[in-house]
Amino acid sequence: MSNAAIELKGITKRFGSVVANHNISMTVSRGEVLSILGENGSGKTTLMNMLSGIYHPDEGQIFVEGEPATIRSPKDAFRYKIGMIHQHFKLVDNLTVTENVILGLREEGRFSLKKSAEKIRKICETYGFQIDPMKKIYEMSVSEKQTVEIIKVIYRGAEILILDEPTAVLTPSETKNLFAIIRNMKKAGKSIIIITHKLGEVMEISDRVAVLRKGEYIGTVETKTTNEQTLTEMMVGKKVDLNIERTDPHDCVKRLELTNVSVTGKDGVKILKNVSFHAKSGEILGIAGIAGSGQKELLEAIAGLQKLTSGSIIYHDPKTGKEEDLRDKTPLQIRELGVRLSFVPEDRLGMGLVGSMGITDNMMLRSYKSGRGFFLQKKDPKGLANKIISDLEVVTPGTETPVRRLSGGNIQKVLVGREIAAAPTVLMAAYPVRGLDINSSYMIYHLLNAQKESGTAVIFVGEDLDVLLELCDRIIVICHGQISGTVEGRKATKEEIGLMMTNLPEEKEDAE
Amino acid sequence: MNLAYILSRAVAQGLPFLYGSTGEILNEKSGNLNLGIPGIMISGGVAGIVGAMLYENSVAVPNGKVGLLVSLLFSLLCSVALSLIYCFLTVTLRANQNVTGLAITIFGSGLGNFYGGSITTLLGVSSSSVAATTAAYKAPLIPFYDKLGAVGTIFFSHGFMFYLALIIAFVSWFVLKKTRTGLNLRAVGENPATADATGISVTKYKYITTCIGGAIAGLGGLYYAIDYSNGLWDTNSFGDRGWLSVALVIFVVWKPNLAVLGAFLFGGLYIADIFVPGLTSATKEIFKMLPYLVTIIILISTSLMKKKENQPPASLGLAYFREER
Repeated sequence: MSNAAIELKGITKRFGSVVANHNISMTVSRGEVLSILGENGSGKTTLMNMLSGIYHPDEGQIFVEGEPATIRSPKDAFRYKIGMIHQHFKLVDNLTVTENVILGLREEGRFSLKKSAEKIRKICETYGFQIDPMKKIYEMSVSEKQTVEIIKVIYRGAEILILDEPTAVLTPSETKNLFAIIRNMKKAGKSIIIITHKLGEVMEISDRVAVLRKGEYIGTVETKTTNEQTLTEMMVGKKVDLNIERTDPHDCVKRLELTNVSVTGKDGVKILKNVSFHAKSGEILGIAGIAGSGQKELLEAIAGLQKLTSGSIIYHDPKTGKEEDLRDKTPLQIRELGVRLSFVPEDRLGMGLVGSMGITDNMMLRSYKSGRGFFLQKKDPKGLANKIISDLEVVTPGTETPVRRLSGGNIQKVLVGREIAAAPTVLMAAYPVRGLDINSSYMIYHLLNAQKESGTAVIFVGEDLDVLLELCDRIIVICHGQISGTVEGRKATKEEIGLMMTNLPEEKEDAE
Repeated sequence: MNLAYILSRAVAQGLPFLYGSTGEILNEKSGNLNLGIPGIMISGGVAGIVGAMLYENSVAVPNGKVGLLVSLLFSLLCSVALSLIYCFLTVTLRANQNVTGLAITIFGSGLGNFYGGSITTLLGVSSSSVAATTAAYKAPLIPFYDKLGAVGTIFFSHGFMFYLALIIAFVSWFVLKKTRTGLNLRAVGENPATADATGISVTKYKYITTCIGGAIAGLGGLYYAIDYSNGLWDTNSFGDRGWLSVALVIFVVWKPNLAVLGAFLFGGLYIADIFVPGLTSATKEIFKMLPYLVTIIILISTSLMKKKENQPPASLGLAYFREER
């Protein structure tokens, strides 16, 4: 028997006229961690979906343990002991861990949740998971849910685990835990495939790296013998400058000053507690924190979309030199002062853009008040739409194509482009590069830097700590709705910020 | 008029609600918000009458038990046929569930009232009597119920459909709560993409559950048509029982075991005007408002409730399409 657990030969997959995977041949060995590296849209997930039975290849053959395998459904995949953990968890919120794990299984014997829970506990002991089998999914954190997904595939006897962007939603310490689990599974002889575009993680965890670019297989390299620069070149196909040019902030004046801002959520829980900080013109202020720590509410509060329970937000108007309290203003008035929110929430189309409208119409959402007369004036917005398309290299059939049909990266470019076009004095961007490939990400970073140069106060909410450290001048760290510290972007370390993200300073907790 | 009698009427009134809401619960657990249930109940009931009438007119001395089986068969066929139309439109063609459901209700009640209103002419039969069948439906399963006092009158004076309703509700509860099939079904209603990924056939589950649910709801109409109103269909007399059954599902937070209590309570409220003596025909109407009033109050209070377990199935009303991401 060869050492290959899975072998792919000449796999091709098309969606209509788009070739998602073209003639891909590669192997996965037993007991190794293989990274599949590639930019967004390079066909990583499509390729793995063919292993897990979501898609079926148009051409080519998959071999499992040397035997030709036909995988037509997730059930088939489990028969070949292949389990995939999707980026978007496939769990039923209202059910317990045990119920989720045994979902769809046909086990021998009587239906007994107790017996299954016992089996799950054993798996947890073997691999070092910390999960209560009777807990409901909706009470769990993201990393716990991910663990449940892993348990689910192990319970089904998977020998080959495919993880799709497993660290995208995890904090640094949770990522460490996950990597420990992956190493445990590797020790137990399982093959693990990780789909990712984060180079640092590739270097840390994997034995070999397979690189895909635009649906083509570029090659596989041993992690030991390569470095990040080489991998990037393989992935992007050309040399990419991985450094973000950070200029020193200049002409800094206080633009925005928050004092003791508190926000209470719908169910009476305090989302923000006494948040105070200031943002200066000509600098990028980063906000770091675990997703859901109150970043969204903070930005919404500044934009006038969130009611404050206490505190004040003072805006120093550069035109008049006056101080204005944003608390008494409507969102529209705040926007007219030049405070712009380019909010890119979890759901790209959720806020900011209307999916079924074209780029021109989406431009008008921000300027509909400025039209004269009864009829719509489409000329200016159309010009702006064309400008954004050419400046930011948005790939779209035309200005009237519904933005929903564009890829995620292009949607984000349209959104950021529109907000920047208004020459804001304060620009807030939340997760503007989420899900974008390296090229598009760097384009957004350059845009933000250009805004900073022109004297805008930029507030950047990010999740990738490396980027935050490279891009921002100052970083405030938010934890459970409180500021746990402010650091200098040039001096701080990842570990320092990671610790602040999960721990509040002692004296603050005492003060409660 | 004694209290036991009134309560026994409340139970009888509650049975269509119990069938209807049990059927709707099964539908909704599979993620299908079937608003076609009121229509299915009406046409299911009338189909039963049609079956019984065809049978009783074709033989000289009709046997009640055979009439019962024929009417049952007609009713089930009719309800399943309408449910299949609903499934085909919403599951296979992924049409909007609300629109489809309303269309089925309009069609079903139209069809039912059309046949029910001019039944003898349409069928070309000489007699409109289904007396033998009705008698078979009404025969109490426990003949000595009147010796059991008030309890006997309230609970055991009913025909077999009373017991059938309780059994169906209990079995539905058991299957949903205690079996692998039930777990899979709940997953389909909560998160079909997840169910699909684990190898559960979402389409199959939706079709089968919706058809079974529709058949159960149809039995509610059948009970009303042949047992409760003695096989005499009066256009629009079925009233809002179908819609109240749908509302009852929310009241009992999607639990068939609670539906038993809820149905009898609604049955009582539905005839609350006969509890209160000395009402004129005008003041009676105020009491007839009660079930609707209670429904509104329930809707408000369940909407205020935040408990996750008491929420509707998460994908209720949404069509499932595998390729959509």
